[in-house]
Amino acid sequence: MVFNWFKRKKNEVNYPDFWLEYLNTFKSKKRGIIQETRFVAFDTETTGFDSKTDRILSIGAVSITGKTIQVNQSLEIYIEQDVFKPETVKIHGLLKKGSLQKITEIEAIKLFLDYIKDAVLVAHHAGFDKKMVNEMLIRNGLDKLKNRFIDTGILYNKSKHIIYRDNLKEHYSLDDLSDELNVTKEDRHTASGDALITAMVFLKILARLDKRKNLKWGYLLGR
Amino acid sequence: MKNSIAERVADFFNKYPPFNMINTSDLLKIASEVNIMYLEKGDTVFNQGDHFNEHFYMVRDGAITLHYNLNGVEKNLNINDVGDVFGVRPLIAKENYKLTATANEESIVYAVPIAIFQSVTDNNAKVYKYLITAFATNAYDPYTAEENAEVFVDYIPTTSNDIVNFQTAEYTKNPVTCKENTIIRDAAIKMSTLKIGCIIVTNSKKHPVGMITNSDIKNKIATGKFPIETVVTDIMTSPVITSKPDITVADGQLQMIKNSIGHLCITKDGTTNSEAIGILTHHDVLVTLGNNPSVILKEIKRANRTKKLRTARLKANTLLKSYLEQNIPISHIVKIMAQINDAVTHKAIEIAVSKMATEPPVSFAWLALGSQGRREQLLFTDQDNALIFEDVPEADYEKTKTYFLELAKRVTERLNKIGFEYCEADMMASNPEWCKSVSEWQEQFKNWILEPDEKAVLLSSIFFDYSYIYGNDTLVDTLTDTIFETIDQTSLFFKYLGRDAIKSPSPVGFFKQFLVEQNGEQKDLFNIKNRALMPLIDSARLLVLINKVKGINNTAERYEKMAELEPENKELYHSCSYAFKALSKFKARQGLLHKNSGKFIELESLTKEEKLKLRRCFKPINEIQETLKFKFDLKNFG
Repeated sequence: MVFNWFKRKKNEVNYPDFWLEYLNTFKSKKRGIIQETRFVAFDTETTGFDSKTDRILSIGAVSITGKTIQVNQSLEIYIEQDVFKPETVKIHGLLKKGSLQKITEIEAIKLFLDYIKDAVLVAHHAGFDKKMVNEMLIRNGLDKLKNRFIDTGILYNKSKHIIYRDNLKEHYSLDDLSDELNVTKEDRHTASGDALITAMVFLKILARLDKRKNLKWGYLLGR
Repeated sequence: MKNSIAERVADFFNKYPPFNMINTSDLLKIASEVNIMYLEKGDTVFNQGDHFNEHFYMVRDGAITLHYNLNGVEKNLNINDVGDVFGVRPLIAKENYKLTATANEESIVYAVPIAIFQSVTDNNAKVYKYLITAFATNAYDPYTAEENAEVFVDYIPTTSNDIVNFQTAEYTKNPVTCKENTIIRDAAIKMSTLKIGCIIVTNSKKHPVGMITNSDIKNKIATGKFPIETVVTDIMTSPVITSKPDITVADGQLQMIKNSIGHLCITKDGTTNSEAIGILTHHDVLVTLGNNPSVILKEIKRANRTKKLRTARLKANTLLKSYLEQNIPISHIVKIMAQINDAVTHKAIEIAVSKMATEPPVSFAWLALGSQGRREQLLFTDQDNALIFEDVPEADYEKTKTYFLELAKRVTERLNKIGFEYCEADMMASNPEWCKSVSEWQEQFKNWILEPDEKAVLLSSIFFDYSYIYGNDTLVDTLTDTIFETIDQTSLFFKYLGRDAIKSPSPVGFFKQFLVEQNGEQKDLFNIKNRALMPLIDSARLLVLINKVKGINNTAERYEKMAELEPENKELYHSCSYAFKALSKFKARQGLLHKNSGKFIELESLTKEEKLKLRRCFKPINEIQETLKFKFDLKNFG
């Protein structure tokens, strides 16, 4: 244990400033009141589903504080990648050489970390986005994300009363949830569009939770 | 950096006024600074008395109710739907909110930062004008409720491209003034002899120091607060709100709304430190605006020929269109249109009577039936009317009836010329069946109520919604009393009416699809009148009849009344009232679009928002039908 601790310490010294700044945002350990907490709903568009070989093409994120989303506080980045899979273009619509202004992976990481800070991250099927981002971080000599995650798919399942659970699907797509919760689907399959839809889905699920019993961190974060 | 979310917000804005009057790049600038707020049912955006926010708001999804508390009683003012703007008070007057905005259901609201909005729309007069309208529409000031009602009617600009608002206002030059040491009595005598409603108090340099209006004299002198020998400076309103001579009509309106006043003093340099040279009154603004209800009503009253009535009524259609464009609350539009329709009919009868060879032998009353009777007629529709004449000795009956039939024929001809189509079913006063003496009518209604059958129920849907238009109103009262007396003797009639009200099933099918017409010329069209409006109208009529509510004919108002009578079902009745208003608006919009009655809606032509809105109105229809089924035990009444 001691050895490991030393090793990490040694590594940290080599981390770039922006990573250390990111870590710094986690210094205050206290979990605040849910209503005042900053949540960041995000989504990634990728070249495929393999976290090792596939790459992130775009990240979209919006931040939520107290049921409000500030449009000027959203993040939308497009990343230059060498990996390109023509067959996925029909889903995300991102071309290898499109007219969109693209940035390098490391630039994207800087912007993303500076944006999310210590916010609680919200994503639909969060596991996938988490893995993709973590792989990207490690590939660039950094460590995994430190943020806490909420998966809207799982949260939705939990929000349903026990008597309806039998009818629930194992897997709810973002489309299923938007239909179910009456969220307008605009710009579906773009990172920003999906991030906003995820944010709305998240807010609507929160509203449906039992205010006294379930609006607690343990419930939101646990599986 | 690209911001797709801002682009989508801008796309949404672009569909609705006032944003659709702003160019795309500016719109994107505004959209990028918007806050998207999620509200649960019951969450508030702002509260009455709160300090003003730096945002105004637009409904993205759901509905926001504006309401206020007056002496402990909550009153609803308006429900804002998708695309409606609210909370614009801080844009116009920097003062605390006078209303509370609460989410009527789960809603999403865009909060638009005022600073950025203003920097972008600085010189866009059209945008500003729209917002003034929105403001006037939702404004409520408990202390000047009376005056405000007036503001409400008159400060609605005509059409969005009407340039008249930006003309210089025609103010009255050489205003009447008095000196600071004048005694009120003398000032009042001066006002009275010159027939003016306001006098400016000036100092030795002729600068305005105060103003006295009729209401000052009413409120401060007539009430005994001040003696009549008091000097004008004691009761005058001071300082005077002033303006430059080149003020536009729109600016004049704005100033008046802002300061809740009816008179603006025009001075040489626009401040109180120069000579008073004129006065701009509320009335001046009205006259310049031309196409507004007060002016149309005046025109109708002055009309001496049917042709002029037709012109005036056509103007009302233009007015209606602009009202709908500007999202003025439907209850307000309906009131104005009803007033205009009644005035037109009244005048048409007056002209017809004057053209008859002899005076009417006995007194009579003219009734409007059906939608006009319910005060719900927005567009030109069929004329449904009836005539009641006083009882006469049997010997005179034929002669009297012939006279009134001839009169009715002339009236209906005139109404037809004006634009009201003849009723296909011939439910008009010119039909001998619907031109009767009081006692004949009494018998007729008794018959319908006590021996109901299919035909009686069909007719009752038209004849029970009558309203008095012209002539001797005691004849109508007599008839009403008879109806309510007779109703007590039976419950069968209610069952018939109830069955009729639930005969059209809820307009949304099992798979949340609209039920469209299955055959005929209207195949695949949605019949908004039969499927959505009629069930609400029929249910409302039944409910007020059973509760013996007199004198309320308008369906929305009937539901409001029911909410008062049955507080336990308040929510249902409110939502019925709201649904009815929203549906009427829909029908009127469609009617104007296709130049017909708007009865059939082509679902394909609706946007997704409109479909959702429409569908939301159907829920209360279903609920009220279920309630009636239960109340009148209709399940087994075949």
